[in-house]
Formats: sequence, C-alpha cells, structure tokens
Amino acid sequence: MKPHETTMDAGALKRPRRWHILVFLLPALIVYTAVMILPLIETLRQSFYNTVDGQYGFVGLSNFKVLFGDPRWAADFWNALRNNFVFFLIHMVVQNPIGIALAAMLSIPKLRFSAFYRTWIFLPTLLSFVIVGFIWKLILSPIWGVAPFLMDLVGLKWLFAPWLGRPDSALIAVSLISVWQYVGIPMMLIYAALLNIPDEVIEAAELDGVTGWSQFWKIKLPLILPAIGIISILTFVGNFNAFDLIYTVQGALAGPDKSTDILGTLLYRTFFGFQLQLGDRSMGATIAAIMFLIILAGVSLYLFAIQRRMRRYQF
Amino acid sequence: MSKARTSFARTGAVHFALIAYTLVALFPVFLTIANSFKSRNAIFREPLAFPTPESFSLIGYETVLKQGDFVGYFQNSVVVTVVSIALVLLFGAMAAFALSEYRFRGNTLMGLYLALGIMIPIRLGTVAILQGMVATNLVNTLTALILVYTAQGLPLAVFILSEFMRTVSDDLKNAGRIDGLSEYAIFFRLVLPLVRPAMATVAVFTMIPIWNDLWFPLILAPAETTKTVTLGSQIFIGQFVTNWNAVLSALSLAIFPVLVLYVIFSRQLIRGITAGAVK
Repeated sequence: MKPHETTMDAGALKRPRRWHILVFLLPALIVYTAVMILPLIETLRQSFYNTVDGQYGFVGLSNFKVLFGDPRWAADFWNALRNNFVFFLIHMVVQNPIGIALAAMLSIPKLRFSAFYRTWIFLPTLLSFVIVGFIWKLILSPIWGVAPFLMDLVGLKWLFAPWLGRPDSALIAVSLISVWQYVGIPMMLIYAALLNIPDEVIEAAELDGVTGWSQFWKIKLPLILPAIGIISILTFVGNFNAFDLIYTVQGALAGPDKSTDILGTLLYRTFFGFQLQLGDRSMGATIAAIMFLIILAGVSLYLFAIQRRMRRYQF
Repeated sequence: MSKARTSFARTGAVHFALIAYTLVALFPVFLTIANSFKSRNAIFREPLAFPTPESFSLIGYETVLKQGDFVGYFQNSVVVTVVSIALVLLFGAMAAFALSEYRFRGNTLMGLYLALGIMIPIRLGTVAILQGMVATNLVNTLTALILVYTAQGLPLAVFILSEFMRTVSDDLKNAGRIDGLSEYAIFFRLVLPLVRPAMATVAVFTMIPIWNDLWFPLILAPAETTKTVTLGSQIFIGQFVTNWNAVLSALSLAIFPVLVLYVIFSRQLIRGITAGAVK
C-alpha cells in the first residue's frame, strides 16, 4: 500500500463522501455507458424481439431460429460466417508471419536505415479502407493494366486474371488487400517484443553457440509468444468486425455473387436494407448478437486459455 | 574472413528483403499520387511514369473541387476528430486519475467495466445507437459522431493513462496536498503535465480509427452537410468511377493530410506503439 493512501483512508473516515472521485469518474462513465454499453445491451435484447401480426413483442429465440432455419437466411448467414473464417485464416497465415519476419529483420542490432524501413512499411496501416480499397481496385483493374504490366516484368503475365471480379478468387484478393494494409501492426508489436528481450538472454545464448537462425527459433520465438497471442486476438476481433474494405471494394452486396460477404456486410444489409431488400431491425440485432458471441468466445479463449498458459514465459 | 563475408551477405539479403517490402508498401500510394497529376491519356499510356511537363494536368483536382464539397468534408472530419480526441483525453485522464489515485469500493470492478470496450467493438451496438440518435434528434449531426467516437476511444485511453499515472511520484502529489492544493488542482496542475507523452500516444491511437471510419458516418450522418472526408470520398468516387482523373485526385486529397501528419508525428507514433522500446 502506498503511504499516502493510509492517510487518505484516515481522511476518508472523517469525510465519508469523497465527491471528487465521483466528479473525476462521472463524465467518462456517462458517455461510455450511454453510448456504448446500454446500446450494446439494448441490441442484444432486441434480438429476442420482433413484430408478429403487427404487434412488436418478445419472441424468444425465434429470430435465431429464422436465421439458422429459414433456407434463405441460413444460406446467407453460413456463407458470411465461412467467408469470415477464410478472411481470418488468410490474415493469420499471411499477415502475421510476414509481420514477424519483417520485425525479426528490423530488430537486427545496428541495422542501417531500420528507422526508415519501419516508418514507411507502417504507412499503409494509417490510410483508410476507402483509400486502400479504391487504390487496389484501380491497380487490379484490367482496364488500367498496371498489375498485368508489372507481372509481365517478372514473366508472370499469364497468371493475371481480374481477381476481384471472380467468385473463386475475390475473397482471397480482398483478404490480401487487407493484409497489405495491416501488416504494420503485427510488425510493430513483435518488433517491440523483440527489442524488450534482455541482452543477457541473447548473450547467454551466444556463449552457448546458439546464433542466427536457430537463435531466432529456439530463444526469441518462445519469448515473443505473448506478443503473438496479442496480435492473434487483435486480428480476430478486427476481422470479425470488418466491413469498410469489402463495402468499398465490392459494394454492400459483397459481390461477385456474395463471394466476399462477411458478417459485417451481412449486418449492414440486414439492418439497413439495400436496394430491394428492406431494413430489418430485429434480424440486424440478431446478427449483431451472433457477432457479439463469436467475438466474446474468441476473447475469452484468449484470456483464459492462451494468455494464462503464456504467463510462464514472462520475466 | 569467411565469417565476415557470410555476415556481409546476410546483411545484404536483409536489406534486399526490407527494400522490396518497403516498395510493396509504398508503390500503390506513389502510383495514385503520381497519376493524379497527369492527363487522362498519360494515366493510361504510361501509368508508371512521373508526371512530366507534357503530361502534367490538374484537371482531376479541378473536377473534385468543383463537384464535391471537399473543403466542407475536410472541415467536418477535423471538427469530429479534434473534439472527440479532446473529450477522450479529458474524460479519459480524469477517470484514469480516479482509478489509479484513490482506493474506493468497486475500484477494480470499475476498471474492468471500462476495459470491456477495448475488446468488444462499439459497432455491435449500432442498431440501438441509431435508435437512440433518432430519439434524441441527433441523426445527421456531427454531435452524434463525436459522442460515438468519444465512447469508442475512452476504454483504451483510461487503460493506457492509468498505467502511466501510477508511475507519477506520490511525494509530489502529497507535497501539493500539504501546500493546500485541492484534488482538482493536483490533477490539472501536477499530474496532467507529467503524463503529456502518454496523452500524445493516446491521441494518435484515438485519431486514426476516427479519421478513417466509414461505418458510423454512413449510418449516423450521411447528409451532405455532415459527410466526413472518408464518406465523402467514398461516395464521390462511387459516382465518378469512370473519371479516372477525378478518382485519383480525390484519393490523393484523402491521402495528403494523413501523409503530412505522419511525416511530422511518425517518431512519436512509433514510440507509442512500441511502448518506449524504440530508443
């Protein structure tokens, strides 16, 4: 206990109410509760309500039954969920390993220009999805021909296809655009973790003859596992909440043929309506509730299973 | 001798890989900005060339500034971002001070409650947020966006700032108390100036998602007078898809402010992300 706290507590006995604590807490508490927590709870509540025979009321789990049982809804929902998992997996196997590799290179001691590389590789992360989405749409456009031209330089022109327009490649293309934008985040967090490894550990490894490649795998990688855990959960939450990029590149219908539809775009179309489809508040709330459960499951898994196990590696 | 040579080769390979990736990261941005200053023909004939005196053209920017109210969008974005950051910093620092300085019943619980929002995205409450904004007549106002972004930014701000405030010396605060300073004076005059670096970090973290957000402007404030730059360029580009000059110029206009701020603040930002690990 800090020394002044004892005196504070003694003072508190004389003054039973310390109003300044309330004054300090209240503004944040009011805004946060009113604009974030209550709407979240209200949205979850509305997933159990719907309009039946013109009467709005409690309907139990029937919204969820429609979402999973009605062929049209279920097809859309499972499609979006599957696409969202593919979206997430591509980030995990492409974005995070590239981020770790870049961080490992940047953290080489006395590497020249490392601040320069670090600064510019991080730039795309700051741009909005709207900018990034449109830039890549232009680059991959067969009309402009920048992508086929560049691929021709390395003799791969035959590989080029209008990836964004094809149902079988659109989701991968959009995921890779998102990877391009966000590689900076795992890079920076892993970089910080690598710099925080105490010099003594590395020196001890070098004295034992563990250097270079095997030093990275055997010494550094286990030590940065907690940071890898953090980037995984950040990627998970970000991906299952994503919307902007798909909306910008492929529109609200997440075309072609809903092949890039993820939960965020499905929520937008359901709740807000699009073209001929009318907005449906209750079903929107239902999809939001499912997204909430998915994110909650991921975060809980991380907090209770992964992070606790990783504590062992910390200093 | 041979060891020196392999390490030289290895450093070379590392530089090669890093330069290659830097090019991958920068090329699309360069391509957009360079082509926004070219005539339509030059954009298609030689997309990879720098603008030359012959191919130089500002036609795209003229279209953008004439057709879209980009100055207005820009003002909206600045107002929303600056006011939200100010509120997040003020309210966040106050709450962080209360949590880190005083022991009271429910302190830990309050900390956990405020930290919930770090992991649970505010977007999931959109259905009820929109209803609330409709009920309070705030739809299509910048106030709606400011409220949402303030709520969105607070959890992380409280978390980071309370970590920092724990490191402020107790002796200093107690000396202030002995001199008769009120708790408010201690917070505003002693503690706040000391956590300024942390405030800068929080400001940058708060700013990026607000400036770039498309979801809430699209749903809460899509009116012409309240469009932000992100939404404005999204809609503008959607309408002018076939006018490549205009599209490239609109994109460049959206990139410039970010680029300028980044060049100025990149050191601060990177130090913030890596939590001081970078010296």
